[in-house]
Amino acid sequence: MASSIRVRATANGDITEVQALIQHPMDTGLVKDAKGELIPAHYIQQLKFECNGKDVFVADWGTAVSKDPYVKFSFKGAKKGDDLKVSWTDNKGGSDTTTAKIS
Amino acid sequence: MTAFTGPFATRRLILQGAASVALLGLGNLPFTPARAAANDKYPEEAFKQKSEADAVKALYGKTAEPSDKVKLDAPEIAENGGVVPISVTTTLDKVTSISFFVAENPSALAASYKIPDGTIPSIANRLKMAKTTNVVAIVEADGKLYSATKEVKVTVGGCGG
Repeated sequence: MASSIRVRATANGDITEVQALIQHPMDTGLVKDAKGELIPAHYIQQLKFECNGKDVFVADWGTAVSKDPYVKFSFKGAKKGDDLKVSWTDNKGGSDTTTAKIS
Repeated sequence: MTAFTGPFATRRLILQGAASVALLGLGNLPFTPARAAANDKYPEEAFKQKSEADAVKALYGKTAEPSDKVKLDAPEIAENGGVVPISVTTTLDKVTSISFFVAENPSALAASYKIPDGTIPSIANRLKMAKTTNVVAIVEADGKLYSATKEVKVTVGGCGG
């Protein structure tokens, strides 16, 4: 199965810009489906970016983050060709991991 | 910091207890909020708080002061409250975390990001908003909290409204 994570990391000098897009329903637990039944909450709680054995960015998310979340940040200390590991876990114990090469 | 062992553990617990009581003064919360943002654990309690003030207290254990060094970028009007692009940048030094609060949402805390050394304090993400609301970004820098607030007018709510 294709990864739920799409990530693009571009090094520009010392600064690496990271954009990530994750496929996830991010259900709040407040919305009803067509039958009028509540859709249970299902959302990513933690998203982590690791580079060269160090956490470079950790996101704690609640239900207010949009469906198929997007996040952008930048960090220093990486170069082209380094691996950037991205992983998330959700409130139902689901998780996914991917590794991207910094370009 | 979940399992405590050895004789030092009790001492540490007592010290921590004393410290949090001292910090909070009258605020009597069943957990130690100052630690919630500092470690790696998911801040469950803070995400459960309904009001923005309670969520800030649960996450950081202190209050923020408005600062023009925090730049919050949000649209004036969001046609779709389900996807509102919000970004924040700051010129403050020693930033350790950045959090986003949506005041009128069922739970105010939307997202909280840890900024390790070497990561630039500039984040863009997309949030849901139930209705027209103030969005607050809080930057924790050198142990202090700084905030920026902006109102976003929402025409169609993003929380199933």
